[in-house]
Amino acid sequence: MRHIISILVENKPGALSRISGLFSGRGYNIESLSVGVTNDPKVSIMTIVTKGDDKIVEQIIKQLRKLINTLKVRDVTQIEHIEREMFLIKVQALPKYRSDIFNIVNTFRAKVVDLTGESMVIEITGTKDKNQAFIKVLEPYGLIELVRTGSVAIGRGNKATTDFTKQDTKQI
Amino acid sequence: MIKTGAEILVESLKAENVEVIFGYPGGVMLGIYDTLFDADLRHILPRHEQGGTHAADGYARASGKVGVCFATSGPGATNTITGITNAHMDSVPMVVFTGQVPTVLIGGDAFQEADIIGITRPIVKHSYLVQDVDNLAQTIKEAFYIARTGRPGPVVVDLPKDVMAAKTKLKSDTKIDLPGYHPNYEGHPLQIKKLLKVIENAKKPVIHIGGGVIISEASEEIKKFSEKLHIPIISTFMGIGAIPTDHPNYLGWLGMHGNYASNTAITETDCLISIGTRFSDRSTGKIDGFAPNAKIAHIDIDPSSISKNVTIDVPIVGDCGKVMRQIFQYIDSYKWKKNEESRRKWLQETTEWNREKPFSYKHSEKVIKPQFVVEKISEITNGNAIITTEVGQNQMWAAQFYKFKHPRQFISSGGLGTMGFGFPAAIGAKIAYPDREVFDIAGDGSFLMNIQELCTAIQHRLNVKIAILNNKFLGMVRQWQHLFFNNRYSYTCLECQPDFVKLAESYGCVGLRTDKPEEVESVLKESMQIKDKPVVMDFAVDREENVFPMIPAGAALNEMIFDKR
Ligand SMILES: Cc1ncc(C[n+]2csc(CCOP(=O)(O)OP(=O)(O)O)c2C)c(N)n1
Repeated sequence: MRHIISILVENKPGALSRISGLFSGRGYNIESLSVGVTNDPKVSIMTIVTKGDDKIVEQIIKQLRKLINTLKVRDVTQIEHIEREMFLIKVQALPKYRSDIFNIVNTFRAKVVDLTGESMVIEITGTKDKNQAFIKVLEPYGLIELVRTGSVAIGRGNKATTDFTKQDTKQI
Repeated sequence: MIKTGAEILVESLKAENVEVIFGYPGGVMLGIYDTLFDADLRHILPRHEQGGTHAADGYARASGKVGVCFATSGPGATNTITGITNAHMDSVPMVVFTGQVPTVLIGGDAFQEADIIGITRPIVKHSYLVQDVDNLAQTIKEAFYIARTGRPGPVVVDLPKDVMAAKTKLKSDTKIDLPGYHPNYEGHPLQIKKLLKVIENAKKPVIHIGGGVIISEASEEIKKFSEKLHIPIISTFMGIGAIPTDHPNYLGWLGMHGNYASNTAITETDCLISIGTRFSDRSTGKIDGFAPNAKIAHIDIDPSSISKNVTIDVPIVGDCGKVMRQIFQYIDSYKWKKNEESRRKWLQETTEWNREKPFSYKHSEKVIKPQFVVEKISEITNGNAIITTEVGQNQMWAAQFYKFKHPRQFISSGGLGTMGFGFPAAIGAKIAYPDREVFDIAGDGSFLMNIQELCTAIQHRLNVKIAILNNKFLGMVRQWQHLFFNNRYSYTCLECQPDFVKLAESYGCVGLRTDKPEEVESVLKESMQIKDKPVVMDFAVDREENVFPMIPAGAALNEMIFDKR
């Protein structure tokens, strides 16, 4: 099962390596990892997408909580949530295909952010599946490069994602 | 008051009531050592930083206080790795201060630079690189707090040379700031009631205790609980000493070389009450065969220990001692009469197993049996000595044949299985308790791994006793080669070894030797006469004696093999 884990972590030196090291050291896998500072400059939020059965994910969460620098850890996949990932895609765009590509871009609600000579850069934000579908359609034109952020996710409703409790999980 | 980093370090250690530092100086530590020179702090110079870490570990296990080490940057720091890992695996509170190159040189492959924070990341409870002298006092305070609270463990504090030389105003109101660290000590009342309900309905319950019981000093409560409800107690290897060996409800210890009664009781119990243990593979055997018929409750301060290896029916996160005291608040509202008859019968049955199949060996008049030496040590010290062990057969025989009376009396490397641990740990224990007898029950292979600490021991006139069960083999490995590799003794023969008596004497210690069973007692008695220096006893034992019972790797607890002879 794929799980998205949200981690609020103190913005201290080495805090990130403790988290990523925990995954490698204990043989947990990481599908993607993204991190940024929150509104509070002393705190970062990290989103890790991992795969594993329930037992492993339970361990991952407990091990993460055990780290001294982590403030809150939450399996976002257990609550209703919104997940997004951004791709920047550089694709070949010969003049004769440009309008086709623009059409695809519009259909997927993506955005062309740069156009140079025979290529363009497209930005798309969405779930991993949607983005992947977009790539599939673009592939025949010739992909030059793909850069992605990794998933971030946020819970629906009034609470902050990491404030959801076990009870919330059951209700949903 | 304006102070240097080094002075703040010394002040902080005093504020933490540190009694002794096990430290080894070096280039980047010169400033700190200059400050130590006239500081009123006891400092012990081990002869290798690994020895220093194990001594601090032994000191911490014996006393319950935080062990403190100093090491210089680079090689000094890397020499502490085994000791830190050892402490981490067995939840021993320790703070290890390592020197570091000046901050401006960090990252430039400077002389004796090692990224010790990076290297130790997976083996510490937490670590700090102090980059600003203004943070030093708080960091040290946090380091000690983290090391000794919750599930204890080692903390590394890396001290760059320039930070220790820098000056700042020492504030008097240093506070810790750890928003992400809140160990949970109280058990949840609902879970405690659930636990009591499960026990109420059980006919064959077992209390299963680990090292956590010793750390949280819960022995008395557990004894009381067991006596009130007539429930047998089994310990893990790490829990040895929590309950006296001769307590009528104590069955022994379980696992790979544990006793028949314990391993059988675990297999048959319908309700396992596990307290302060982490279900290590050496203690559970094959997981499918571990307590297959039982509802399992688990009390532990570390949530990540719960349902990690064994799935738990009733988890209780909390301090073992506190939770036991909470249990007594509710205990009288349950119907204990209901199954009392069954419980009494079960207790009797399990203790009977111990009479049928105790730890045993065949005594010999011709050759010293290693078990016999341990039995004699137990007798002569009246079960009151602090026993440290090396790793291998010596360790298992010490655990099997010494009759322990108190918690913190048995000090052994359980999780990491570190050869060379026992002797420096004995030094640490002796420093914690100068008036108690301290014995290292050793193997000839292991003892050589930190033999240099004889120099430390003699320098401080530490009266530790080392009893080498000398089989001229890496005995435990040889035993596996015997049992599972067709007697192919590949590189486990230690026929080339020093004359341990002369070696001891060359350090200024006393060396004694015998190969005769009838002399074992007199050698031990002679050693007891010596009060002011270490004594090394070389017992030439039966070379191919094996440790039994044994559960082969991957087998279940009830698949014990016994001595065929
Ligand atoms: C540092 C280290 N290296 C290797 C081992 C693997 N090992 C486990 S027991 C053992 C043999 C120990 O021999 P000895 O100290 O003579 O004790 P004996 O088993 O003979 O009592 C070895 C090599 C270990 N546990 N620790």
